[in-house]
Amino acid sequence: MNEVTKARLEAKYAKKREEYLKSHGNDGPRRGPASGGFKGKPKNAKGSIKRLFSYMKADTPKLIIVGFLVVINAGCSLAGSYVLRPVINIMASGNGTIKTLLNGIIAMAAIYGAGVIAQYMQSRIMITVSQNALFKFRNDLNKKISKLPLKYYDSNNHGDIMSRFTNDVDAVGDMLNNTIVSIISGVITLIGTIALMLYTNVWLTLVTFASAPLMVFVAQLIGKKSRKYYKEQQAALGALNGYVEETISGQKVVKVFNHEDLANDEFEFLNEQLKGKQLFAQFIGGIMGPVMGNLSQVAYSLTAMIGGVLCVARGFDVGGLTIFVNYSRQFSRPINELSMQVTSIFSALAGAERVFDVMDTEPEAEDNEDAVEIENLRGDVVLDHVTFGYTEGQTVLKDVSLYAKPGQKIALVGSTGAGKTTITNLITRFYDIDSGSVMIDGVDIRNIKRDFLRKNIAMVLQDTHLFSGTVRENIRYGRLDATDEEVIEAAKLASAHSFIMRLENGYDTVLDGDGSNLSQGQRQLLNIARAAVSKAPILILDEATSSVDTRTEKHIEHGMDRLMKDRTTLVIAHRLSTVRNANAIIVLEHGQVIERGSHEELLEMKGRYYELYTGKKELD
Amino acid sequence: MKRYGKYIKPYLSAFILGPMLMIVEVLGEIVLPKLMAGIINVGTVNGNIPYILRTGGLMILTAIIMALGGIGGAYFATKASINFAADIRRDAFKKVQTFSFVNIDKFSTGSLVTRLTNDVTQVQNLVSMALRMMLRAPGMLIGAVIMAFAMNRRLALVIVVVVPILILLIIIVMNIAFPRFQALQAKIDKLNSTIRESLQNVRVIKSFVRDDFEEKKFEEANKDLKDTGMRAFKVMITTWPLMGFMMNFTTLAVVWFGGKQIIVGEMMVGDLTAFITYVTQILFSLLMVSMVILQSSRAFASAKRINEILDCEVDIVDTDAASPEKTVDTGSVKFENVSFRYYKESGEKVLDNINFDIASGETVGVIGSTGSGKTTLVSLIPRLYDTDEGKVYVDGVDVRDYSLKNLRDGVSVVLQKNVLFSGSIEENLLWGDESASHEDIVEVAKLAQADGFVTSFEEGYERDLGQGGVNVSGGQKQRLCIARAMLKKPKILILDDSTSAVDTATEAEIRKNLKAYCPETTKIIIAQRISSVIEADKIVVLDDGVVVGLGTHEELMSSCEAYQEIYYSQMDKEDAK
Repeated sequence: MNEVTKARLEAKYAKKREEYLKSHGNDGPRRGPASGGFKGKPKNAKGSIKRLFSYMKADTPKLIIVGFLVVINAGCSLAGSYVLRPVINIMASGNGTIKTLLNGIIAMAAIYGAGVIAQYMQSRIMITVSQNALFKFRNDLNKKISKLPLKYYDSNNHGDIMSRFTNDVDAVGDMLNNTIVSIISGVITLIGTIALMLYTNVWLTLVTFASAPLMVFVAQLIGKKSRKYYKEQQAALGALNGYVEETISGQKVVKVFNHEDLANDEFEFLNEQLKGKQLFAQFIGGIMGPVMGNLSQVAYSLTAMIGGVLCVARGFDVGGLTIFVNYSRQFSRPINELSMQVTSIFSALAGAERVFDVMDTEPEAEDNEDAVEIENLRGDVVLDHVTFGYTEGQTVLKDVSLYAKPGQKIALVGSTGAGKTTITNLITRFYDIDSGSVMIDGVDIRNIKRDFLRKNIAMVLQDTHLFSGTVRENIRYGRLDATDEEVIEAAKLASAHSFIMRLENGYDTVLDGDGSNLSQGQRQLLNIARAAVSKAPILILDEATSSVDTRTEKHIEHGMDRLMKDRTTLVIAHRLSTVRNANAIIVLEHGQVIERGSHEELLEMKGRYYELYTGKKELD
Repeated sequence: MKRYGKYIKPYLSAFILGPMLMIVEVLGEIVLPKLMAGIINVGTVNGNIPYILRTGGLMILTAIIMALGGIGGAYFATKASINFAADIRRDAFKKVQTFSFVNIDKFSTGSLVTRLTNDVTQVQNLVSMALRMMLRAPGMLIGAVIMAFAMNRRLALVIVVVVPILILLIIIVMNIAFPRFQALQAKIDKLNSTIRESLQNVRVIKSFVRDDFEEKKFEEANKDLKDTGMRAFKVMITTWPLMGFMMNFTTLAVVWFGGKQIIVGEMMVGDLTAFITYVTQILFSLLMVSMVILQSSRAFASAKRINEILDCEVDIVDTDAASPEKTVDTGSVKFENVSFRYYKESGEKVLDNINFDIASGETVGVIGSTGSGKTTLVSLIPRLYDTDEGKVYVDGVDVRDYSLKNLRDGVSVVLQKNVLFSGSIEENLLWGDESASHEDIVEVAKLAQADGFVTSFEEGYERDLGQGGVNVSGGQKQRLCIARAMLKKPKILILDDSTSAVDTATEAEIRKNLKAYCPETTKIIIAQRISSVIEADKIVVLDDGVVVGLGTHEELMSSCEAYQEIYYSQMDKEDAK
């Protein structure tokens, strides 16, 4: 890589880094695997904790049992070593007999045994409780998300929604699995250890305590540094991941332009940058363990030394010294553990809040109480003085009125942003109108049950969405109770049958999620077949044949005609030749209907449609 | 795993120093209890205060050395793992750059991105963990056993008996747990892809009112995840108490046998404490190792996915090119008995025995229905795919005999699914020719009818296009892509349906410019609209992978039925008559 390229890249990414650091002011590191991000502090910790616990409410008795078991377990591990004291003392005094030894052993065995059993039962119960809670939590989130209005999906980044399902739920899961038990056990162990230390020897306890402020200070110092570098690391990681994503998405273009070497250079630059930042961030994060651990070794040594002196000078017993040094070693463990849990609680609560945010988003409004289902829906569609905007103050449709009689084919024509797709969004009630009314068979759609409404409208969209599964499953998506014959019938109607038969396993060929083993046109035909299998009386074709060539379009015209027969159809098409035979063509501009009429009538008018049709004016 | 040696070698010193320094910590942990035993045995029993102070001071010194060892170990382990991961990431990215279209199609874009980002991070975390733990457990084991034997041979036998049992136990547990954790990882992946899919398809789901269906699908995946998780966690929750039991049992054994020795005066009290400490340390270190192994299941799955990239056989290479120095000079093309299949196993041919010539400087239209093989046909010229049978010649030389760079420098393709990148318009156009001046750029932009709208932007050519070029409309994007390809000054320019979103008048203008300004460039135009190719010197009509017509518009109108069919599907019936 030459110097010029390097300087250029440095300038390019310096700006991005600044922006990242600015916008992530409250970030900090998350303990454990460096892959996850720390999402900042929770805003309403108390509320979130309460709500999380509500997922375990049904298991309250089990939780109480777990609490008891944790206490028993922690108590046993404390008591176990305490019983050792008299045993060692007797040994040290030289008066030990097999009997006293045996008594000691039996007492210890009983205590240890109880501890092990308590631990097993506690984790066994807890894991069931937490996994059940997590299951419910995930299900709730999913249920809730599927009830959200389309607006939510349109205005939120999908990657962000995904990360709530993955990272955030994981963080909550970690907490439910470990944190609760760890905290109870940590607190009990800490209190118990301190109590036993005080009971064993007050002076030595003070020595141990003296080291505590030093440890807290060091921990804070390292923590602060580590947060700073961690943020830098995340910025570098973000830049690299962004570059990888964009380059690989455009990989074919990279190849066509022989751009591989330049791509490698830029990647290498970002990779080196990341390396530099990572080294600092992870080193600082990584020394926390050894530094804290060995500080407690120092405390242990100090205790041993002073304890030894006390034994000689003040008659402190050897057994006491033995268990005390053990305690002083253990002393730092619950502190470390608790401080680690605090971080994981923060990130779990922040995650939980992000999930609750979704759950609290206003769902699609409930159906009106008197909402109806229309028997034998004919498909008479009327928009009456409809005004609508996606965001307040920005009207997309202004006072639009139009109608489609049952069985009619109505075409919507206009440039991008004229409001064609918006009209279809309103008829399906993906969005609700601001004023005016949309009526089907004379009933305001706000008074029709939403599910019923949508079941009676079949859509074919420009973006060809397929699901991972077989071809057959994908077509049947239009109507789950369609028979195999009906599926094939629909495929034939959409002229998809012949290419399906040429696929490796015909109708049972498995499509991967993005359907990459099919051409754009083939996927579109499957979409049409999916709409065909549904028996909805209203059909919306939004640029449905834009990726099918004109000849194929001609071929499927017959099928499309049959598909549209007896159905009210709204067609949006870029290619004007395909809408010529519509009963009426509606020309939209800036959210208003400017012309309406048949193909011939509109040509006659020599207005906008005429200009578009003759290529004098550009669409788009 | 053999391949990773290559990534370890350059950082071998860090890979060795990291664990070695960790051993310093371990040694300290072995020495401390021994010193402690000394304080009890010699110091307290004999009332020797100077000895106690001396030993205590030694202990503190040891602890400080341990801390230094720990910090150093952390440094080298971090350094090793970061460099290791960075090199893997670099090689994986480089490998992807060599991928052919077939390779790219095989992995989806999303999966390639995940492999290069998350998966590499997973492996990096594992390496860093492993370096810190690797020698710790065996070091602790060996050190503690040696110390134990030095102190008390008979009591050390307890450790000798317990440790193998424990290792065996861990191996058994691992064998049960590892596959279960791998299964868990698979379920997590599956749930995630279910979510991703329903996010992408939300409009379809809502319009067909399939919320319940999708919810059920999710709930099944979720339930599956929970059950698999339970199976995995159950092993874990049995393991901990089991290990705890072993630990306590060993402690009791040590107290029992040691106690008996003390009673008969064969052992000192302090040694007993040291022994108990050793036993605990050994068990803990073994436990840590097993935890690392369990957590590694995720990293192993990641390593496997990275391997798939690194091992992927690139099917289009130029190592065997007969004349790698040759460049494309005139731009003539010849197809000779060319056949092609996408799925090599299934017999269906996408192109079947194609034969035709294109002279240098000619304009050739390619037309045919969806799936007739138009894109595939032109993709064979810059060797984006290789033929299965027959040959493609450029300038009379088999395309396989060029170096890929020289061939693709001479052939410029505007892809059907084209992309622009984040950065300014100027930066994007520079892709065509890094050394082009601003004037060159404005010139091609004018030819591609892009200059008009570009200068209408406030920032002009400095306008940022945003990721994937979202800041311009479809038609504008297409014109920028054409400009980018023209800047390359190719000998062969291929436009694959690249003016579909441009209005007919503008399109005609672009065609006119191409003809006027690049008369020597061979132009191949794939189009949906007949009007786009009507003036071409030659039109190739494809149907189901077979050339069914070849000639000028007039010739085809009189001889080719398929062509007429397309023509009439687009023209007003009135006009056609």
